Amino acid sequence: MANTREVKTTGFMGWIDKRLPVTQMWEDHLSKYYAPNNFNFWYFFGSLAMLVLVNQLLTGIWLTMHYKSDAAQAFGVVEYIMRDVPWGWLIRYLHTTGASAFFIVVYLHMYRGLMYGSYKKPRELIWVFGMLIYVALMAEAFMGYVLPWGNMSYWGAKVITQLFGVIPVIGDTLLEWIRGDYVVSDATLNRFFALHVVAVPLVLLVLVLMHIAALHQVGSNNPDGIEIKENKDENGIPKDGIPFHPYYSVKDIFGVAVFLLIFLGVVFLNPQFGGLFLEHDNYTIANPGVTPEHIKPVWYFTPFYAMLKAVPDPLGGMILMFGAIIMLFTLPWVDRSEVKSIRYRLLPFKLALAAFVISFLVLGWLGMQSGSTVQKYMAIVCTAVYFLYFPFLFFYTKNEKHKPIPKRLTH
Amino acid sequence: MTDKVNESRRNLLVGTSVVGVVGAVFAAVPFIKSWMPSERAKSAGGPVEANISKLELGQKIQVMWRGQPIFLVKRDKNQLNTLEGLASKLKDPSSESSIQPEFAKNLHRSKKEELLVLVGICTHLGCSPKFYPEIVPQAFDADWKSGFYCPCHNSKFDISGRVFSGSPAGTNLVVPPYVFVDDENLIIGMDKLEGEA
Repeated sequence: MANTREVKTTGFMGWIDKRLPVTQMWEDHLSKYYAPNNFNFWYFFGSLAMLVLVNQLLTGIWLTMHYKSDAAQAFGVVEYIMRDVPWGWLIRYLHTTGASAFFIVVYLHMYRGLMYGSYKKPRELIWVFGMLIYVALMAEAFMGYVLPWGNMSYWGAKVITQLFGVIPVIGDTLLEWIRGDYVVSDATLNRFFALHVVAVPLVLLVLVLMHIAALHQVGSNNPDGIEIKENKDENGIPKDGIPFHPYYSVKDIFGVAVFLLIFLGVVFLNPQFGGLFLEHDNYTIANPGVTPEHIKPVWYFTPFYAMLKAVPDPLGGMILMFGAIIMLFTLPWVDRSEVKSIRYRLLPFKLALAAFVISFLVLGWLGMQSGSTVQKYMAIVCTAVYFLYFPFLFFYTKNEKHKPIPKRLTH
Repeated sequence: MTDKVNESRRNLLVGTSVVGVVGAVFAAVPFIKSWMPSERAKSAGGPVEANISKLELGQKIQVMWRGQPIFLVKRDKNQLNTLEGLASKLKDPSSESSIQPEFAKNLHRSKKEELLVLVGICTHLGCSPKFYPEIVPQAFDADWKSGFYCPCHNSKFDISGRVFSGSPAGTNLVVPPYVFVDDENLIIGMDKLEGEA
C-alpha cells in the first residue's frame, strides 16, 4: 500500500478515506474549522443564501419539467403551471419568492461585509468572488424574469438589451448578437432559457465553491474585525475560535427556521408582495406594439435603474450603472485602513457608510417611481453620494484615526 | 537529470501552446456566430407593405416591421403649420444627428409632406411613444402642439418626431427607409423599388 495515504479511521470509513478524503474534508470544513466565537445576527445570511440557492435549483428544475421556452407558448404555460399542474403554484411561488429572498439575504450579507470590513486583507478574493456571484445572480434574475413572457418581461428585456445598442460602433451588431434577431423575440427567449437554467447556474455553483474555499483558506472575519489566528493555544487552535460544527451549524439551523417562517409566510399569504416580487403588468402577454404605462424593473435592480435614468445620455447612464457595480469590486483596495470593524472606527466612517446605504435605498425607491422633476434631482444627488463614498474612503483611510483595537474578541 | 533546459524542446512546447491557443480562438467562432440572427430571422426581417387608402387626416395607423411598430400618420394643415415655429425648443431641429433616409432630412421629415412614417420606438430606451394628435394643453405639456409622448421617461416629440429639449431622448425618432409603390401603397424597409436605379 505504498501509494495510499495514512488515514486515522478504520473499518468502512477507513476504506473510504483511503480512496476519498471524506473524514478529512468533514474536519477541515466543519468539525475542525474554527470560526470566531462572537458571530452575531449578521452572520446568518451566508448560510441562508446557500439555502435559497438550493431552493432555486430544486424548484427551478421542477419548473423546467412543465415550462416551454417558445414565444407562442411560454405565457400560457406559466398559467398552466399555476392552474393545472399539481402543486405547480407552490413550486412557482417558491421560485419567484426565492428570487427576491436571494437578493434580500445577499444585500444583507454584503452590508455585513461593509460594516465589519470583511472585504479587507486577507479576504480580498472572498469579496471578489462574492461580487462575481452578485453579478451572476443579477444576470440570472434578469433572464429568469423574461421567461414568463408577460408584457413587462418583454419590455424589460427590450430596454435592458437596448443598453448594449448604445455602445458606439459595435452597438447595433452587438444588439442583434444578444437578441438573435432584430428585436426581442423567440430566439431571445430561447437563449435566455438556456442561460438561465444551465449556463449561469453552473457558473454560480463554481463561484460559490470558490467563495467558500477562499473563506476557509483565511478563516472568517468577525464583528471585532481582528484575526483569531493570531492567538492560538498550544495545539494550534485559535483561543477565540469554536468549531463550526456543532456550534454554528446549530446557530444557522435556528436562522433557517426563522427565515423559513417569514419566507413561507410570504409564499403562502402574499407571494406577489404588492407587485414588488411579481408585477401586475406581467399578467398580460408580451406585446411588442404596446408599451406598459410605466416600465420598471423588479425591486432589486431599481437602484441601478434610477442611476441609468438620472442622466439624459443613454451611454453615460449605462457607464454609470455598470460603474456602480464595478466600484464595489475595488473596495478591498479603496479602504486602506488598518482597522476592519465599524466598532473601532470613528464617526466620519460611520456617517459615510450611512450616507452610502441611505443613498442606495433612496435610489431603490426612486427607481420604482415615474420620475418627477424633484425625483430626478434626488436621483442625481443620491448617485453622487453613492460614488463619492469610494474616493472619500480612499483618502480618509490613508491616515484614519481609530479607537484602540482589543487583542482578543469581545462579547 | 540536469538543470539544463533543452531549448529545442522548450521551443516546441511554446510553439505547440501558441498553435493550441489560436485553435481555441477559431473553435470559439462557431459558438459566438451561432448567436447571430438565423436565416429565418433575417428573411422575416424583410420589407413589409402598408396600405394607406383608409388613413384619414390627423389619424395614425401602425404596421410592424422587424418587430417594431411603424407609425404612419397623415398630418393635416394645422399640424404641419406647428413645425415652423418650434426650432428653438428642439434638440435637433434640422435632424443633423438623427437617423433618417436622405429624402426625409427636411422640416416634415418625410417624402410626401403630409405622410409621416416613423419607427415608433423612443430613441431613449426603446419604449413606444404614444400619439397625441390634438393641439390642446396636456398634463405633461401645457403648450402642446401635437406629436408623440413617451410615458416611460417623459420624452416629447413634435408631429415630425423631432425631440423636444428637456427630454431624456437624445435624437429624433428614426425614419425607416420606405418607398411608394403608388399613391396608396408603400413598402417599408427599402428605399427604392426593384429595377430602379
